[in-house]
Amino acid sequence: MTAVSASRLRLGLLLSWPIVALAGLGAVPFVLLLRISLGQRDPNGMYLPGITLNSYGALGEPELLGALLDSIQLAVIVGAISVGLGFPLTWLIARMRRRLQVAWLIFLLATLSLSDVLIAFSWQVMLSKRIGLSNLFVALGLMDGPESLTPSAGAVIACLVYLVLPFTVLTLFPVLSRLDRDLIEAARTLGASPLKAFASVVVPMTKGPAMIAFVMAMVLTVGAYVPPLVLGRPQSWPMAVLIGSTALAGHDLPRASAMSVFLLAATVLLAVGAFQATRMRKS
Amino acid sequence: MKAAGKIVFLTVLAIFMAAPLVVVAGVSFNSTQRMNFPPQNPSLVWYETFFGDPAWMSAFSLSLIVAVLAALASVSIALPIAYAIWKYKSRLALVLESLARISFLLPSIVLSIVFLVFWSWIGHFGRIEDTILSHAVVFVALPLATIGMGFRSIDMALVEAARTMGARESDVLRTVIRPIVLPYIVSGLVFVFILSLNEYIIAYMVAGFEVETLPIKVFNNLRMGFQPTMCVGAVLFMALGVVAFSAVAVIGDLPKLLGGASRR
Repeated sequence: MTAVSASRLRLGLLLSWPIVALAGLGAVPFVLLLRISLGQRDPNGMYLPGITLNSYGALGEPELLGALLDSIQLAVIVGAISVGLGFPLTWLIARMRRRLQVAWLIFLLATLSLSDVLIAFSWQVMLSKRIGLSNLFVALGLMDGPESLTPSAGAVIACLVYLVLPFTVLTLFPVLSRLDRDLIEAARTLGASPLKAFASVVVPMTKGPAMIAFVMAMVLTVGAYVPPLVLGRPQSWPMAVLIGSTALAGHDLPRASAMSVFLLAATVLLAVGAFQATRMRKS
Repeated sequence: MKAAGKIVFLTVLAIFMAAPLVVVAGVSFNSTQRMNFPPQNPSLVWYETFFGDPAWMSAFSLSLIVAVLAALASVSIALPIAYAIWKYKSRLALVLESLARISFLLPSIVLSIVFLVFWSWIGHFGRIEDTILSHAVVFVALPLATIGMGFRSIDMALVEAARTMGARESDVLRTVIRPIVLPYIVSGLVFVFILSLNEYIIAYMVAGFEVETLPIKVFNNLRMGFQPTMCVGAVLFMALGVVAFSAVAVIGDLPKLLGGASRR
């Protein structure tokens, strides 16, 4: 055996388990998802053989289109708030003394990793009538009496921003931490106003990562199931909640699969659109 | 004035991020079934209930088992890929890496349906292995990123020096490469462990009725109304997260691991 083929063999052996795992559990299931979305509902199993577009036809129902619009609207709002808060926060964290910086990072990682179930539950407690924020508002004279602040769109947005913000910070942290502050100093010395220096030095260097953070926030929001279910109004439940209930309560896997494919396509379009928008402004 | 603005901004965000956790932690120390904040007659009675209740304990230990095995499985997938990229600059490994990244970036509800469909199709629905392997694959992008960073941080001059002095490949691997990469492997393990521990929707879809992890149990209880024991579970998981990431910060350079500028 030649040296080349021997090293190929070694590489193949080395990568055999990752290939099995990632192709078997990553690629194959996706093909399956597409196949089942074209199947017919089987109340006693997964799907009946044969190919039909029934499940995709059902996507035109106003209820589902409304839910998709709710998903997208929520994603854009949460994405904008998260980046709007996350950018200055990361900027400040990147300039902190090391000990303080590590403390903030540990805090953010700990909240990032906390289950969305536990966070949604925490917000429910925080917004409850008995001990929630409304009691604080009453004490401050902003409200007449305590009341439950859930379910509401505001509760869903607050909880999702809470979930997404750590991801935003961690996405922006590398670029903001390596940003050469001397460049800003130089621009200032040359007579640029702080705003001008920011616009001409910081914005071009951070636009890309900021957009990645925004898209990531949107993807996380679109995929979130628990927060809107626990904190939101049933009439404005987004796609994620409907997909979950179609699969679990409705036992309709073809339809849940078609809805997933649909949501995935919408998410990809949203992401591509966002990146296209940054690129256009550049040229 | 500007400095004051910064401090106000940071304080407000710190309160926003901490408030739900503080409230839940506070409620867990109540002595009665009722929700009070700040807690009245603080006591550990709900902690005793939690640790004395076989149902909560089994959910808790099940979560730990799933998370440990998912972390090990995930690293076992990530390590060969990262090594093949570093050592052989393998195209195949690069393709696998992007596959891993994509699956991490998909909406989680879609992933949960994908795995539900897959495990039902191969007739293996509702087992603990489903949860473990699904988590291992979804989160593999994280150890891949940390371990890849570990390999890239190896100074090739060190490897050359070892070879010149007569070390065989296996010696180099053991004495030079392993000690450098090990902390990055450990942080990869920690990331997957913590995320798997807290993951709900995929675990619920693939095996939620049989394999009731702690997040699933909390969610199921949420529907039946408030119980202080749920707060105990939340506090436990918060503490685990803080301890785990503090450990990462102690054994390694956390800001650098997260892609920031290295220690100055």
